[in-house]
Amino acid sequence: MSAPRFEPVTGRYLHLDLLGKPHRLYVEEAGEGVPLLCLHTAGSDGRQFRAILNDPEIAARFRVIAFDLPWHGKSSPPAGWHEALEYRLTSRDYTDIVLGVARALGLDRPVAMGCSIGGRIVLHLALEHPEAFRAVIGLQAGAHVDPYYDTQWLHRPDVHGEVAAAVVSGLIGPSASDADRWETLWHYMQGGPGIFKGDLHFYKIDGDIRDRLGGIDTARCPVHLLTGEYDYSCTPQDTLDAAARIPGAQATIMPGMGHFPMSEDPEGFLVHLRPVLSQILAAEGDPR
Amino acid sequence: MIETLAERVNGNAWLTHRGRFVNTTFLLGIGPETWLVRIAEGHVAEVRKGPFIMPRWTFALRAPREAWEEFWSPAPPPGSNDLVALLKTRRLAIEGDMHPFMANLFYFKFVLASLRRSA
Repeated sequence: MSAPRFEPVTGRYLHLDLLGKPHRLYVEEAGEGVPLLCLHTAGSDGRQFRAILNDPEIAARFRVIAFDLPWHGKSSPPAGWHEALEYRLTSRDYTDIVLGVARALGLDRPVAMGCSIGGRIVLHLALEHPEAFRAVIGLQAGAHVDPYYDTQWLHRPDVHGEVAAAVVSGLIGPSASDADRWETLWHYMQGGPGIFKGDLHFYKIDGDIRDRLGGIDTARCPVHLLTGEYDYSCTPQDTLDAAARIPGAQATIMPGMGHFPMSEDPEGFLVHLRPVLSQILAAEGDPR
Repeated sequence: MIETLAERVNGNAWLTHRGRFVNTTFLLGIGPETWLVRIAEGHVAEVRKGPFIMPRWTFALRAPREAWEEFWSPAPPPGSNDLVALLKTRRLAIEGDMHPFMANLFYFKFVLASLRRSA
C-alpha cells in the first residue's frame, strides 16, 4: 500500500476574541520564514490560496497563512448569529479581524496579501497600520467600485445562493483551466446565505478609500498591486489609477487573468507573484 | 444567427438540465432589432423575430449590435466576455421582471453564450 498523498498544508482551528465576541476560525498554513498572511475575496474562503500554500519555492522563504474570515469557509459565525438581521462587513471590523488574527498567531510584521475585498483592505492597513506590516500585496485592488447590479438578488429565499457564483463567473479570465475555473466557482456556491452580499457592503460602499490613497507612505509599508486583465469589477485601469495616487506603489497587469488570479490560474499567477515576494525580501535586506 | 438558438440550446443536455425549471419568454434586443425567445422547461420552444405590435415578455436584454458582436466573438475582449461585463460597461440593459433571469443566471448566461462563434 502506498503512503497517503497529503499536501504540506496544515489546517487548524484558532480560538480568539474578535469584535468583542469569541470566534472559532479555520486557519491553513505551510512553509517557514517571513509570515505571508493571505486574505480571500468576498463570499469565498482560503482555499483560493491552495497553490500558494503548496508552492515549495515560496514555502522555503515564507510562512504562508490563509484563514477563512468569520462566516466564511470553515470559520463559524459568532454564537447568536441567527439574531442578526443581516451580515455586513465594514472597514473597521475587517481591519480589527486581520489585526486580531495576526496578533493571535504572534506574527511579526507579516506581509499582507489580499484579493478584491482583501486587496482593498490591505490599502487600509498600509494607510492606518504601516508599522504592523512589512509590505502589502493588493490583488485586484482598487480604491472604489461603483455598484453595477442590484445586490439584493444575492440574498433572498426565492433565488438560490449559487447566484453568487453566476454573478462572478465572468470575472474569470480566459487563461483559467476548466478545473480551476469551476473550483473557484464552487467556493462561491458554498458561501453562506447573504455573506457575499454582506462583504460587498465593504467593497462597494463602506471601504471607499479614494480620498485617502495619497496618505499611504510606501517608505514605511511598500505597496505592490497585481491585477488581471479581464477583471471588470476592479479593472486594470482602477488599479493603475490607485497606483498613480500612492507615491511609490508598484502595479502589474496580468494578461489573460481575471478577478481571482491565485485560484483561477495558479501557475500563471505565481510567475507574477514570485518576483514581488523576492523584491519584498530584498528590501528587508533578507537574502532568502 | 439567432435562428440557430433552439438547435444550440436544445442539443446541449447539460444546459437543458440546468434550465429544467425555466418557463418564460424574454425579449432579446440587438440594436434596433428585437426577438422573442420562449423557453419551456429549459428548451428553446420558439424564436420569433420582430418588429412586434404588442409583444409580451417577462424580461428584456437589450444591447447595441456591436456589443453583442463582441460578446459572440470567438475570444471576447475584456469587458465583453460576459453578460455581467456588458452590464458593468453600461451597454446591456435588463428590464422587466428579472426574477427568472437572476434565479437562473448561469442558465441564461450559457444560453446567450451558446451563440458564440467558434474560432
